[in-house]
Amino acid sequence: MDELLDQHRDYVLRTVEERGVRLVRLWFTDVLGDLKSFAISPAELENALADGMTFDGSSIDGFSRIQESDVLAVPDPDTFELIPWSEPGAAEARVFCDIRSLDGDPFEGDPRQVLRRTVKAAHDQGFTFYIAPDIEFFYFEPPVKGEQPQPLDQGGYFDLTTRDAAGDLRKETIRKLEQMSIPVEYSFHEDSPSQQEIDLRHTDALTMADSVMTFRLIVKEVAASQGVHATFMPKPLGGVQGSGMHLHMSLFRGDENAFYDGDDPHALSPLAKSFMAGLLVHAAEITAITNQTVNSYKRLVPGFEAPVHISWARNNRSGLIRVPIAKKGNPLATRIEYRSPDPACNPYLAFSLLLAAGMRGIEQGYALPEEADANLFEMDDAALAKLGIAQLPQSLSDALNTMEQSELVHDVLGEHIFEWFLRNKRREWRDYKTHVSQFELDRYLRSV
Amino acid sequence: MASMLAVFADPVAPELARSLDLAGYSWKGVASADEAADSEPAAGWKGAIVDCTTDPEGAWTFARTIRKSDGSQLNVLVLVGGAQVGDLELRDDLFDDFCLWPFHPTEFVARLRHLLWSAGDTPGPRVDLVEYGQLVLNLETYQATIAGRPLDMTYMEYELLKFLAQNPGKVFTREILLSRVWGYEYYGGARTVDVHIRRLRAKLGEEQASLIATVRSVGYRFGQSRWGS
Repeated sequence: MDELLDQHRDYVLRTVEERGVRLVRLWFTDVLGDLKSFAISPAELENALADGMTFDGSSIDGFSRIQESDVLAVPDPDTFELIPWSEPGAAEARVFCDIRSLDGDPFEGDPRQVLRRTVKAAHDQGFTFYIAPDIEFFYFEPPVKGEQPQPLDQGGYFDLTTRDAAGDLRKETIRKLEQMSIPVEYSFHEDSPSQQEIDLRHTDALTMADSVMTFRLIVKEVAASQGVHATFMPKPLGGVQGSGMHLHMSLFRGDENAFYDGDDPHALSPLAKSFMAGLLVHAAEITAITNQTVNSYKRLVPGFEAPVHISWARNNRSGLIRVPIAKKGNPLATRIEYRSPDPACNPYLAFSLLLAAGMRGIEQGYALPEEADANLFEMDDAALAKLGIAQLPQSLSDALNTMEQSELVHDVLGEHIFEWFLRNKRREWRDYKTHVSQFELDRYLRSV
Repeated sequence: MASMLAVFADPVAPELARSLDLAGYSWKGVASADEAADSEPAAGWKGAIVDCTTDPEGAWTFARTIRKSDGSQLNVLVLVGGAQVGDLELRDDLFDDFCLWPFHPTEFVARLRHLLWSAGDTPGPRVDLVEYGQLVLNLETYQATIAGRPLDMTYMEYELLKFLAQNPGKVFTREILLSRVWGYEYYGGARTVDVHIRRLRAKLGEEQASLIATVRSVGYRFGQSRWGS
């Protein structure tokens, strides 16, 4: 393994030299899922690859500790890529880093290490976790504080608008994504004005979390270069659909799709059913991570194709988990789609919790409840209660309270991130609660 | 004796040691490429003997590593059991000659002598360009271009493309690609190959993506089929 790592490093160093790379950007992710970066010169790269680079973590969200604040960024040479939008003649490269404490141990505040750990636990049981996300986002005119966001067009689902500025942006975005090893499966104009969707090809979860970070940056970079603002805010416009990040997931045992069973009427193996049961049992506990903003909960409401109820079905878009019908019954394509997450989440933490919840279902042999194929939006609470169908948390505050009780979330995230996240997000909720909204003014100012 | 032979074997079998000693070679057993690098004599290794009979995986990793170490011109003789001859296929780049195990001492020494003679006689650089159509791979600098435009790849993408381009027209299963390119039991399984193929096609661009063809229910082929389809 070490010899392979040496060849990786050698390849990286050689490429930097041959391509005249002037700057290497070391990327990592804070607890809230924001991409962080610092640049080093190529001369320092060899050192960085061998020993990591020390930096002061105290001003990074979720990294701060009472005692020593210095941590190490150790580049993962497998993620080394040239940045396709760097200036001609001054090539730049990026590499994702793992964060370690100065004694070399994985740093407990690093989300990438959380995912590494969770993926490894599944791997120790013989499984590889694959994810393919469908990511939605909006293009707007550059935002002006205090004003409503302005869409670029009034197009709808699959629309090909005549002056399709957004279409050109999407095309350029896909080109840059593919240059950075992120293949795209589909892209189209979504339902809402100026809303886009880009679906990525499946990869293993760690690669995909890195890809989602790169994706968000590329979408914003390409838009900004044309004077357009791209946003992953879950619900930027009232009254129309918000932006989700549906996650298609499967577990492979070697080359076999462990979710597939040709003898089952749904083509789902018992293992897939236990995995889904695990997701359903723990869905409420992990929602604070998959939907981490105050605004996230304005998307999770009835009537906008976002899930509200903790249920599953083959072809019911009001449920939390959908089992898409695989093309030509292809065993490799058998998968489940988890529909609540939004693209403002931290992908490392969200993927970790989804995998851990599913694995918990497998380990404990959870039973999958009945499929809920009726339109749940049209059922009243009593009818839902009779079916044993609960709702997802209704607000960030709800979600945090449920998360706080969760042993699973605590164990997966580790004490450091668990505690910091709850503290940080409680503060966000408090700030929101003190805000008097336009809704309240319109509703009460005159009438009360 | 100007310099020594490195012998990768765990442990060095007594008959191998005896043959080398009787033929007058000085040699040293090494357990890894790192050890070979650390214990390299000032004049450099004269050549390497790699015993694949006890730990084939480790032996091929060793051969691959010394091949890739900077500017290595080291001549490599591999020892394989009768049932392992198939392992030689598609690994031609990793060794210069081979000898069947159990070996005939006279044949083994004759092969070794000839190998070292040819090494001493032809010190020139190896061919280090792979070309196919508009694709050029420089094996020395790891750089690739397509139609004159640089192609930026991750290391594993590069290794995969290199392997395919070195064997044009041939169909490979995912399993073969995994074992020959990744060279060890990579935990993602053969699906890893599909992911990398898709990434390579994306980078080759629309016009060149068809260089890598999917052969239904078999695997992948680089370039034209040898039957012209």
